[in-house]
Parts: sequence; C-alpha cells; structure tokens
Amino acid sequence: MSDTASADTRPNALSAWPDARGRFGDYGGRFVAETLMPNILELEAAYEDAKRDVNFQREMEEFLRDYVGKPSPIYFAERLTENFGGAKIWLKRDELNHTGSHKINNCLGQVLLAKRMGKTRIIAETGAGQHGVATATVAARFGIPCTVFMGATDVERQAPNVFRMKLLGAEVIPVTSGTGTLKDAMNEALRDWVTNVSDTFYVIGTVAGPHPYPAMVRDFQSIIGREARAQMLDRLGRLPDAAVACIGGGSNAMGLFHPFIEDENVRLIGVEAAGHGIETGKHAASLKGGEPGILHGNKTYLLQDKDGQIIDAHSISAGLDYPGIGPEHAFLHDAKRAEYVSATDEEAMEMFQLCTKLEGIIPALEPAHALARVRDLAKELGPDGLILMNMCGRGDKDVPQVAEMLGVKL
Amino acid sequence: MTNRITTRFNELEAYGRPGFVAYMMAGDGDSQALLNALPEAGADVIELGMPFTDPMADGPSIQASALRALDAGMTLKGVFDQAAKFREHDTDTPLVLMGYANPIHHMGFENFARQAEKAGVDGLICVDIPPEEDSELRTALEAHGIALIRLATPTTDDKRLETVVENTSGFVYYVSTTGVTGAASGMAQEVGAAVSRVKSASGLPVVVGFGVRTPEQAAAIAAEADAVVVGSAIVDAMHEGGVAAATELVHTLSQAAHGAKK
Repeated sequence: MSDTASADTRPNALSAWPDARGRFGDYGGRFVAETLMPNILELEAAYEDAKRDVNFQREMEEFLRDYVGKPSPIYFAERLTENFGGAKIWLKRDELNHTGSHKINNCLGQVLLAKRMGKTRIIAETGAGQHGVATATVAARFGIPCTVFMGATDVERQAPNVFRMKLLGAEVIPVTSGTGTLKDAMNEALRDWVTNVSDTFYVIGTVAGPHPYPAMVRDFQSIIGREARAQMLDRLGRLPDAAVACIGGGSNAMGLFHPFIEDENVRLIGVEAAGHGIETGKHAASLKGGEPGILHGNKTYLLQDKDGQIIDAHSISAGLDYPGIGPEHAFLHDAKRAEYVSATDEEAMEMFQLCTKLEGIIPALEPAHALARVRDLAKELGPDGLILMNMCGRGDKDVPQVAEMLGVKL
Repeated sequence: MTNRITTRFNELEAYGRPGFVAYMMAGDGDSQALLNALPEAGADVIELGMPFTDPMADGPSIQASALRALDAGMTLKGVFDQAAKFREHDTDTPLVLMGYANPIHHMGFENFARQAEKAGVDGLICVDIPPEEDSELRTALEAHGIALIRLATPTTDDKRLETVVENTSGFVYYVSTTGVTGAASGMAQEVGAAVSRVKSASGLPVVVGFGVRTPEQAAAIAAEADAVVVGSAIVDAMHEGGVAAATELVHTLSQAAHGAKK
C-alpha cells in the first residue's frame, strides 16, 4: 500500500519515509502520554499486518469501488482554464466520493482495521464535519458505535453536517474547551481515548498525530494520487507540471502528492489557509507562519507564541482551521520537494463562487483556497502547462455559511 | 551527590510512613504564596504545574487552571522565578516541574535544563514525551542534575515496564487509572499490586496519583505506595477559596496520607 520499494530505484527516495521510529527526517514520532503508548504500538503492528493481508486489501478495494464510488474521474475544467488564461486545469473529482469528500478513503481503511482489531467503539475529531460524517457513515455501515468530538464553534457553523452525523447514529459531542475548534476537538478525542483505551479505536482524520497515523492516513489517501497519476498518463499521455491541493492537516494533499514524490518534474504545491492574511496573525498557515514544535503526538510546524503556547488558527474554512500540519509536509517543505503557499478567506470566497458559476461544481471552501493559487500558477505556466488539482470536497456543507457571508437570508 | 528527591524518600522510609505529594499550577492565583506554604502544610514533595494551552492529559480542573494561569501572564520564565523564590527559604523539599513538551522544546532542552537547575528544580515530568522520544531531553536534564520522572500506567505491561524504567531516576509516577487528571481513581488493591511491580522493576520509590480527592482516598492509596499525589482537588480549592483553603486541604490530605499504615 505504501511505497516501500527499495530506495535506490527512485531518484530522491523522499517517499521512503517514515523510519522505524515514525520519523520523517526530524518530524513525526510518537509524543503521547504513556497510557496510550501500548495502544499506539498495537495499532502499528495491526496496521503492518493488515497491509500484508490480501483479504484486507481485497475488502478495501471492494468497498472503495462499490460503496465510495472509486475511482473518481479526472475532469478538464475548460471554463476555469479559459477564465484563468493559461495552463490547462484538470480536477481530480474526489468530491464525488460518497459523503462528499476525500475523507472517506481514510475512514474506510481505519474502520476496517478497527473491526479487524476487535475494537467495539469508534471515536473521531472533526473540524468542518467532513471527517466526522465520513467516519459516522462507515461506522454505521459496519454497525460500530461512533462518537464524534467537534468544537462548539464548528458545531454552529457546520450545522448541516452535525445533523447528518446524528442521522447516521453518531453521538456528536460539542467541545467548549479552548476555542472550541478542531485542535480542541482533537484534545478531547485524545482525552476520551486515554480513558477508554481497551475497546476504542481513534480514527484520526488527517496525516498528523502519533506514528503510525501520519503514514497510515497517507497510505489510505494515496489512492487519490495513484488514480490521478494513472488517469493523467492514460488520458493525456503525460504527467502534470504541478499537483495542487489545499492543506489543513494535509491529508488530501499528502494523498495526492505521495505517488508523485519521485516524479521530480511534477511540482507539488500545497495551499494553506491565510485567513485574514498571514501578516495579520489571524491565519492557519503553520508552515508559512509557524515553527517546529510538539503537539498532538507529533513533532511538526505549529502556530505558537514566543513561549511555545499554541496560537489559535483562523480560517473561514473549519476544515483548515488547525494550528499544525502533518509531519510529512514539514519534511517535504524543509527538503524543498514540495512548495507551500497560501490563500486568504477572501480569495476562497471568490473562487467558491467562480468555480460554481463557471463549472457547475460547488467546491468546498477548503479546495476553493487551492483554486486561488491554481489561478496564479496557470498564468505562470502558460498555455502549454498542465495543472492537476484535487477537488477534495464539495461545498454543499458551506452553502449556509457562504449565504450568510454574502448577506443572503436562507 | 544525593539529591533532594532521594533524601526525602529515604527520610520517609526511615520514618516508616508514606509521603504526600501536592500538585499546584504556577500562575493560577497567588501561586507563589501557596508554593511557599506547601511544606509547612504537609507536602513532602511538590509538583509545580507549567501551564500549557493544550493539556490533553488533564481533566477540566487543571485545564481551566492552566488557561487562567496563561491569561494571568504565566510563562516558563515565571515558573523558574517562582521556583527560585521558593528555594530562598526552603532548601529541602523536592520540587518537580510537570507539564507538556512544546514549551520546553521551544525554550530548548539544554536551556530549560540549565534554568531549571539554577532555579533549584529537582525533577521534571513531561506528560507527552514517552521513553521512546526522551533521549535528547534526558541527556540535557542529566547534565544539570535534574531527574526525568517517567509515568507508568495500568496499560503498562511487564514488557513495556522494562522500557519505562530504563534510564529513569528520582521516582516513578504511577497513574492509577486510565484517563485524565481529576477523573475517578483506581481501586486501592489493584494499585497495590501495580506499585509492587513497578517498584521491583525500577528500584525507585513509586508515587501514585490521578483522581485522588478525599482524605479517605489519600489514605487508602498512600497505604499501597511510597507517596500519594493530589492535584485537581488542590487546584479547585485554590481557585475557590484561595491560599487558605488550598493549604487547609493539603494539611488534611497530608495528615491522612502520613497516618496510613504501610
């Protein structure tokens, strides 16, 4: 599932990480309370075992095809291409997945693993609610009780997803500690896990957390890049000049990037949320505006103050509103294999509307951030250029919030 | 060199009585006054909490306490200042800092260890750095004579225990229950068996904490261990009734612990 071919067959071997300690260079690792260490080690062993089990792989493939709707197509966004006036823009349509985002690729893998490990209870954290909905969905399908922790602020701004999760039978616990956003939901999920260690499986939604989560989530999400790479070669006979994705914790970006890491002519571009602008301090751009630290089980770039206290992230998009980033992104950033840029709330709002009008695709606010940089990149690369962007989620969930921001009463 | 931690546990052993460990949060209320008053109130060892924005192993009491301390402007430098002031008139009571990795990492492990030594700190409990990840921190602390105190929990089986006790010093903190601070405490009988296991594996004193709130619980747990730790209840008393209420509680709890039959 992960690329474990020997390092010497690849030009840069940057895809070979993590090492046995769960490190991507200096990033990653297992920074958890002692109570959770046995669980983390058990999970790692179970995952390694599942990876090698053809029955597990077959079950994954069947559900990905018949339940999630894989493979998702790639689509030539002709009118966006025209509008941006440069490189051809192709969208990987992961928003067409069951539940409306890429999140289910990972949830399916983890819930199947939970079932295999005999765990009888699922917990998850969620920001925008996409991961919560995907987890609740798969948990419903396999009849496993599911509890989702969601920041109280997010519960308010993502009401439709909260109701969806409840319909799916999940218990949604609003988290009021801290600022009531994604990081607080993750704190609370960790507190639950440390209390219910023996029967509970924690389905982390992004490529962060203690090892093996960053590698495991990446492996489950790499289906995005594997499919897209093969589809590009099949349809266009060439690889894109750039692969672009938005980044909160970074799971859709890592899933898109990983199969392209050894293709050195493919630029990998991650778009963080700049909120009101990085210079204002109200943003969620951990790589551009943060520095290395330790939080939620891993060492990575974090938004923090001069005393190492975590600073609240800000983004219009609840799914990007996180003060950290997956450790593999931190590693690819330092190794200069991937480029990281950002887009503001305002730009995301503009792209949300533009993409909807021109392509008839309502993007989630998260990938709308990526589109803003695709616009610049299209001009930079010119008409011969080819850009692949992951449309990681659909924007139905954001309609009430966008309406309110546009002053429209629904 | 015999340090304060070893000396204190040797004394307790000689008296044949269990010790009492008081946890408090630096910067929450008049914490300097409470810190200074703790030995007199009966604390044999003090754990001084370093506030962090995201204390994911703590329950509601200590979470809220940390946020109050941060709002009041507490920093790591402020923690060292309080420790140094405490040392001006108490040279015997072991002082152990307890907190999370990021502020320590941000200051730099070596810098942290140097300042901690200067302030008269004896040990560190870092909740989210397990043995697998602590070599860099441990090396820095050892160079400055600070003990890195590890945690053992009900999920620590015999095999894992070997990893936990390897290279540890000072004492071992046994977390009596799976969960966050301030939740229900473990059953005394189970705790007793676990403590013997950890003690024989580590050769170090074992203190037991998490969820101990009342004198009865303190006595029951103390009877099974070298010392019992109380945190959330003291933090709550401090918040609700100030230094007087917190010292009064420490007095009551430490008497119960000291009177427990080993």
